[in-house]
Amino acid sequence: MAEMNAKSPCDGLLPIAAGDVHLSEIPMTLMTSISPFKGQTAALSEALKAAHGMALPAPNRATGRDGARVVWIGREQVMLIGPEPAASLEAHGALTDQSDAWAVVRLYGEGAEDVLARLVPVDLRAAVFKRGHTVRTMLQHMSVSITRVGDSAFQIMAFRSMAKTLVHEVETAMKGVAARDAS
Amino acid sequence: MRITCPICGERDRREFYYVGDAVALSRPDPDDGDIAWDDYVHNRDNPAGVTRDLWYHEGGCGAWLVVTRNTVTHEVLQTELASDAKEAMA
Repeated sequence: MAEMNAKSPCDGLLPIAAGDVHLSEIPMTLMTSISPFKGQTAALSEALKAAHGMALPAPNRATGRDGARVVWIGREQVMLIGPEPAASLEAHGALTDQSDAWAVVRLYGEGAEDVLARLVPVDLRAAVFKRGHTVRTMLQHMSVSITRVGDSAFQIMAFRSMAKTLVHEVETAMKGVAARDAS
Repeated sequence: MRITCPICGERDRREFYYVGDAVALSRPDPDDGDIAWDDYVHNRDNPAGVTRDLWYHEGGCGAWLVVTRNTVTHEVLQTELASDAKEAMA
């Protein structure tokens, strides 16, 4: 039988850097979307806390940390990133494995906000978009989820089929910001 | 134009997809007859003023919204979740 090799969405495309901004791929991990059943939101949050130590995030928020995160990704929907979902969650919501479906990258460095300001129609400056805040929005024409994971670090998720476009768009903005900083 | 999504907050218009008149929430019964169905499927007012339309927050949370706006001033007067609007009609 042929040997199969797992290939990450941004394989061969990342990491890249321009000026003091870096874009790298976050290593592939388990990703599970969770949609609470009707009337089960509070119970799901309790189950998440008991099993994984993270509450269900409110809209536009994320809970957890590197390696184990819950990110709000839409109406009545969150993404559990990292841990294997506990069986206790299944009583309160619909769980779907999405591990291979998303390209997940990390944009970091002093100018990261300036890069995103060229691409995203939402104010992501630290004064209003703090650590633990997340948005579902558009990066150029692409639907993305953006979460602030550090003082100058963002996690960006796009559909896997868009990985090359995502890298191209962000790289173009990174070069533009770097060129402006250099002049 | 800015639209305030009840879930996400105020967002740029380009995140939203325009669907059409919110009459889609008032689907007639199958037995209501040709006139009611003709109105529902085909007949739309085109007012210079306040309209009530369905929008989809495609680039955001994925919610369906009822947006009340003024086509003359471009003011967005009210936004609500389509599910809430439908429940309020029941």
